[in-house]
Amino acid sequence: MNDMPYKTVLTPEPPKIVALNPTKIVAQDVNVFYGEKHAIKHLSITIPDKAVSAFIGPSGCGKSTFLRSINRMNDTIAGCRVTGKITVDGEDIYDKSLDVVDLRARIGMVFQKPNPFPKSIFENVAYGPRIHGLAKDKTDLERIVTESLQRASLWDEVKDRLHAPGTGLSGGQQQRLCIARAISVNPEVVLMDEPCSALDPIATARIEELIIELKEKFCIVIVTHSMQQAARVSDLTAFFHLGILVEVGDTDEIFTVPQDKRTHDYITGRFG
Amino acid sequence: MSDMVQTKRGMTSSLIVKRRRAEWRFRAYGVAAIVFCFLAILVLFTSIIGKGYSAFQQSHISVPIKFDAAAIDPDGTKNHDTLMGADYESLVKESVYAALSVPEDNKPARKHAMELISDSADTQLRDKVLAAPSIIGKTVEVSLFASDRVDAVLKGNIDRTVPEADRQVSDQQLAWIDGWQKAGKISQDFNTGLFTNGASSKPESAGLLVAIIGSVYMMLIVIFVAVPLGVASAIYLEEFAPKNRWTDLIEVNVNNLAAVPSIVFGLLGLAIFINGFGLPRSASLVGGLVLSLMTLPTIIIATRAALGSIPPSIKEAALGVGASKMQTIFHHVLPLAIPGILTGTIIGLVRALGETAPLLMIGMVAFIVDPPKSVLEPATALPIQIYMWATSAERGFAARTGAATIVLLLFSFLMNAGAIYLRRKFERRW
Repeated sequence: MNDMPYKTVLTPEPPKIVALNPTKIVAQDVNVFYGEKHAIKHLSITIPDKAVSAFIGPSGCGKSTFLRSINRMNDTIAGCRVTGKITVDGEDIYDKSLDVVDLRARIGMVFQKPNPFPKSIFENVAYGPRIHGLAKDKTDLERIVTESLQRASLWDEVKDRLHAPGTGLSGGQQQRLCIARAISVNPEVVLMDEPCSALDPIATARIEELIIELKEKFCIVIVTHSMQQAARVSDLTAFFHLGILVEVGDTDEIFTVPQDKRTHDYITGRFG
Repeated sequence: MSDMVQTKRGMTSSLIVKRRRAEWRFRAYGVAAIVFCFLAILVLFTSIIGKGYSAFQQSHISVPIKFDAAAIDPDGTKNHDTLMGADYESLVKESVYAALSVPEDNKPARKHAMELISDSADTQLRDKVLAAPSIIGKTVEVSLFASDRVDAVLKGNIDRTVPEADRQVSDQQLAWIDGWQKAGKISQDFNTGLFTNGASSKPESAGLLVAIIGSVYMMLIVIFVAVPLGVASAIYLEEFAPKNRWTDLIEVNVNNLAAVPSIVFGLLGLAIFINGFGLPRSASLVGGLVLSLMTLPTIIIATRAALGSIPPSIKEAALGVGASKMQTIFHHVLPLAIPGILTGTIIGLVRALGETAPLLMIGMVAFIVDPPKSVLEPATALPIQIYMWATSAERGFAARTGAATIVLLLFSFLMNAGAIYLRRKFERRW
C-alpha cells in the first residue's frame, strides 16, 4: 500500500451502482491546494446519475473541499488552486471557456447551515428562476415556486404564508426551503454539504426522506459526518482520509465488507 | 444578599463578596459616566437655548407713516426708479418725531428717538411702496423694526438701576419705550427675517438665508459626489479587488486620510479647485467638493465595514443558485448593508455640515447679502455664520449666534432623524 499511497480501493470494482446508472461526474487525478496546504491528493472518482453518493470521513479529510470543487465554489476562496480534471456529462468544468455562473445553475448546492435569504419564502425560491429567466411570466414563476416547494415537501407547511420571511421558519423548514431554492433552477446535480448537521433528528429524518425522493430526478452528492445517514440514504459511499480518497463502493458493500483497513477502522468507530 | 456566602465547592466567601463588589463598582462607574454625559448635554443646551431663543423674536414698533406723495413721487409717475430712489430715511425720521412729538430744535432728543428705530426701517418703507404704489398719499400704521436697544430693554437685558451715564439706554428712551408699550404699539413677533435675510451689519436685519442655502448646496454636493464615489470604491475594494500589496497600500491610505485634519483638505481645495481649475472663491461648489473629499474616507470605511459584516453564507447562497458576483452583491449584500452604510454616511455628512476650518481656506468667510442663485455664486455656511456673528461686537449678534447654533443643531438632528428613519425603513423590508 505504501507504493501507491493515493490508490483508491473500489468495493467492488466497479461499484454496481456506477455500472448500472449513467455516469454523471468524473474526476481524474484532482488535487486541491489552499495556498501551501495540499487538501485533496490525486483523487479520481466516478459519480453516477440518479443516485445518492455520500462522502464520509473524519473532519478535515477534504470531503467538503472536493464537493465545493464540483461547482467551483472554491473559486471564491483566495489562494485555492485546483489541478486535474473534473467533467460533468463529459464537459470539463475547469475549462476556460466555461461560464462558472451557468455551471452553478446546473449544479445546485445546499449548505451546512440553513442560509435562506432574508426575504420572503416566495422570494427565496423565485430568485434563481428570476435571474436565469426561467419563468415566462408571473403565473409561470408562481408555478415554479409551488412545484419546487412541493418537491422539497415544504409546500403544505408554508402555502398560507408564502410572503412571510424565510428566516422565520424553523431550522428544518429553512433547510428544506434552501433545498427548494436549489432545485428551483432545475439543476442536474445537487450538492449537499452536511445538510442535517444543524438539525434535530425529526427534521433530519424528513430531509433524508426528501433526499431519497429527489434522487429520482437528480444526481445527489452529500457530505455527511453521520455514517448512519450515509448508510440510510446513499447508494455509493466514498471514504476520505487526510485528503486521500481511500475507498469507494456500493453503500451496502462498504459498510459490511470494507476492503481497506482505514475504512474498516473508521466505520467501526476505531477513529474519527 | 448576606456577606456570609458559602458555596458547595467551598469557595471562600470573601472571594465572592469581592467579586460582587467589583461588579457593583463597575456598574456604578457606568451609571456615573452616563449621568455626567447627560449633565454636560443639559448644560450645553441650556446655555445655547438661553442665549439664542431671544433672536427668534423680533420687536416691532407701530408708527403711523404719512406716505406723502410730494416727498416720494412728486410727479405722480409711479416710475420704478423714482420710487426706488425716494428719500425714505427722512420719511422715517419725520414720522417718528411726529409720533413722539419731539420738537424740531431739540437735536439730542431727535438723535435719541432715532436710536430706537432700526437703520433698516427705510428699506422696509421702500419695499412697502414698491410692492403697492397705491399706498402713496395715505397714512398707514407700519410696524417698523425696533433697534437693538429696544430689543435689549424688552428682553430685560438693560439694568434700569444703573445710573443713566453708564447705561446704553437713556432715561428719555426708556420713558418712550414704556409709553409705546402701554399704548400697545410695541409687538414681538416671530423673527422671520432670521431665515429670509442675508448678511447685515445690523443684528436686527441680519439673517441666515445665505448660510442655510450655502449649507444645503454643500450637503447636496456631498451627497451626490462623495456618497456614490465612496460607496462604489468601498464595494470595489471589499468585494472585487484582489488582495495584494497595492490594495493593502490603498487601504492604509484611506484609513490615514480619515484622520487628516480638516484644514488640510481646505488647503488642498484651495490649491486644486481654485488655483488649479480656476473655480470661483467662496462658491458652494468648491466648499461642497472640499467637504466631499473630507467625507469620502469616512464613507468608504463605513461602507466596507457594513459590507464586511454581511455573513458569507448569504453570498454563498446566492452564488450557489448561479447568481453572478455582481448580482450577488447588488441583490443580496448591498441591500443588507444599506442600514450600516446609511449610518456611516450620515455621520460623515453631519460632520461635514458642522465643518468650519476647510471652508475658511477657500474664502467662505464672506459678507454676502444676496442669496446665491447657483452653486457657483459666493455663499457662506452655517458654522461660518456662527463664527462671524460670534466675533461681532453688537449685543444683538450674541443672541443671533445662539440662534444660528440652534438652527445648525436642528439641521444635524434632522439629518440624524432622517438616517434613523431610512435605516428602519430598509430593515423593515425583511
